[in-house]
Amino acid sequence: MKPATRPRGLWKLRILVVGAVDGVGGVGGVDGQPGAPETYPARALPDLLRAGDLVVVNDAATLPASLPARTASGEALELRIVGVTDVDGSAVHFTAAVLGSGDWHTRTEDRPAPPCLMAGDELAIGDALVAHVLARSVLSDHLVHIELGLHGAVADPAAIWAALYRAGRPVQYAHVPEGLALWDVQNAWAGRPWAVEMPSAGRALDIGMLLALRACGVEVAFITHAAGISATGHPEIDACLPLPERFEVSEATARAVNRSRARGGRVIAIGTSVVRALESAARASTAYGASSNAALRAAAGVTELLLGPSTARQVVDAVLTGVHASDTTHFTLLKAFADRATLDGALATAIHEELLGHEFGDAWLVWGKPRERQVSSQECEEREEREEREQTGRCAPAPRVSGATVAA
Amino acid sequence: MLEEMEVAMEIRNTGILVTGASRGLGLELSRLLAREGGRVVMIARNARDLDDAVRVVEDDAATAGLGGEAHGLAFDVGSKEAVHRIAGAAGALVGNIDVVVHAASTLGPLPMPLLLDTDCEDLERVLAVNLVGPFRLTKALAGPMVLRQRGLVVFVSSDAAVSAYAGWGAYGLSKAAQDHLARSLAAELEPVRFLAIDPGEMDTKMHADAMPDADRATLARPADVAARLVALIRNAETVPNGSRLSLGGAR
Repeated sequence: MKPATRPRGLWKLRILVVGAVDGVGGVGGVDGQPGAPETYPARALPDLLRAGDLVVVNDAATLPASLPARTASGEALELRIVGVTDVDGSAVHFTAAVLGSGDWHTRTEDRPAPPCLMAGDELAIGDALVAHVLARSVLSDHLVHIELGLHGAVADPAAIWAALYRAGRPVQYAHVPEGLALWDVQNAWAGRPWAVEMPSAGRALDIGMLLALRACGVEVAFITHAAGISATGHPEIDACLPLPERFEVSEATARAVNRSRARGGRVIAIGTSVVRALESAARASTAYGASSNAALRAAAGVTELLLGPSTARQVVDAVLTGVHASDTTHFTLLKAFADRATLDGALATAIHEELLGHEFGDAWLVWGKPRERQVSSQECEEREEREEREQTGRCAPAPRVSGATVAA
Repeated sequence: MLEEMEVAMEIRNTGILVTGASRGLGLELSRLLAREGGRVVMIARNARDLDDAVRVVEDDAATAGLGGEAHGLAFDVGSKEAVHRIAGAAGALVGNIDVVVHAASTLGPLPMPLLLDTDCEDLERVLAVNLVGPFRLTKALAGPMVLRQRGLVVFVSSDAAVSAYAGWGAYGLSKAAQDHLARSLAAELEPVRFLAIDPGEMDTKMHADAMPDADRATLARPADVAARLVALIRNAETVPNGSRLSLGGAR
């Protein structure tokens, strides 16, 4: 599949509908059988849904997470923020991957080896900013915990954030040759800057679309999820992606989910980060594996939940997300919605219809099997997942949500 | 925890962004809002002036003891590049922004020339700061308000937006357009609120720049006007969305 090589407007985007069963808007098969994959312009999204459904977006803004830096001896490197570990009011802490010199024009896996950083090292970022290396991660020597500060000054967080926004740029990859601005990587509703890469499924919707959905009786709610890095070029880090990510599902959104279920509506996640947040909240709300009909409650914390063929979805019925090749973790996640044969067939259609891939590409809307019918085929899918993880050397799946707090 | 629909705008614990916050109305407004427990992000171009202003507002907030905060971000609201830097850093510092006050503006070259004597570039700069800047910043900050179905954006306007005065052309037309920006956004984005507020003539540096010979005794104190503006922010739901309102003052 060809990647999209630059940001594209909503009017150019297409949506491939996969696994739709109810025939709304002429989409999908009848008699409970999924219809063949079909493409629609992104503008047609309201026609693909029905009154009573709930659309959930990720309202995280995208950080300028790529920071050009120099060691004390003058060696160039790039720090890529992969997660916010702590913002305690007086210090700004991040976890960052260390890449060798160069920029996005070079593929991450082709970058020269970065210098070996140690706790206590200081890195200069631009004119003003300093990164203090606090520790190396246990996952990799090229993953470090840093605290940001300013040269020769005890700085308040506002000054540090301003300096970070001046020095940093959006993370981007070699398939997009032109430098991206922060404007290029924000969704129309982006609020708090938690994401290190754009929650890019949101590109298929704009403010007009939110209003159009509401006008059609489709509810729109949001979660905040720290959408993570796609790749660092370091195999030992990339094997563990997605890393644990911060998420927050508000009381209002939990209530919207429960309302939607009560009226027979479906929950459509705009992006995989929304799936991860909602399903994590569900697991924080109930003991894992308990009744999937329990009410969803507000939750916030850090999630390690990995989604795949063995995931029994408790909240989400469909996901709108970018089209990705079958060897990606992203594709594995989609198996929580549809089986491999369905996805492979849809991917063939996507390629035939010349849909574009990657973050600025087209999207597919993948409808899951009804949530109550997920259990039957779970066993063999678990095996499939296990074998796949062994082949790709991924970290062991650990479906748990740590540090999650559930509001009463 | 947020309620989905709220009537009166609570100031305490609310994320608020004020541009033009290093002096005049923007400073006094930041001060009052932080005193009432607002989490205020103050924007101004000059870092040193802004630092001083933030210290004043922080001290006031600490004295008031309602948990108010002040954070300064030194950026130029007339620059496109600054917009997501402002919005992102503000979101990192105080979380969701529910109130935005566009108080930054420029008169253009001084003394204020007739329109035909105004350089094209100077007109463009006035529009960049007074119209396009607020548009861009609103684009970044009102989107999440639409999602949350709450929020208030206040555009500080002027009598010169309605009446034409010799020498006030560039400024006046930028403010007239800004009034219409508020009306248009209100027409599109209900229930998010957009208001244009004419504060009246105040004893500010801007007023002194425009009319150095004015009798300052006849001018309103920015702190008094700010107090009226805070009352309006709290009750923004009671006036029609998109309204242009005068807060009194001479002329």
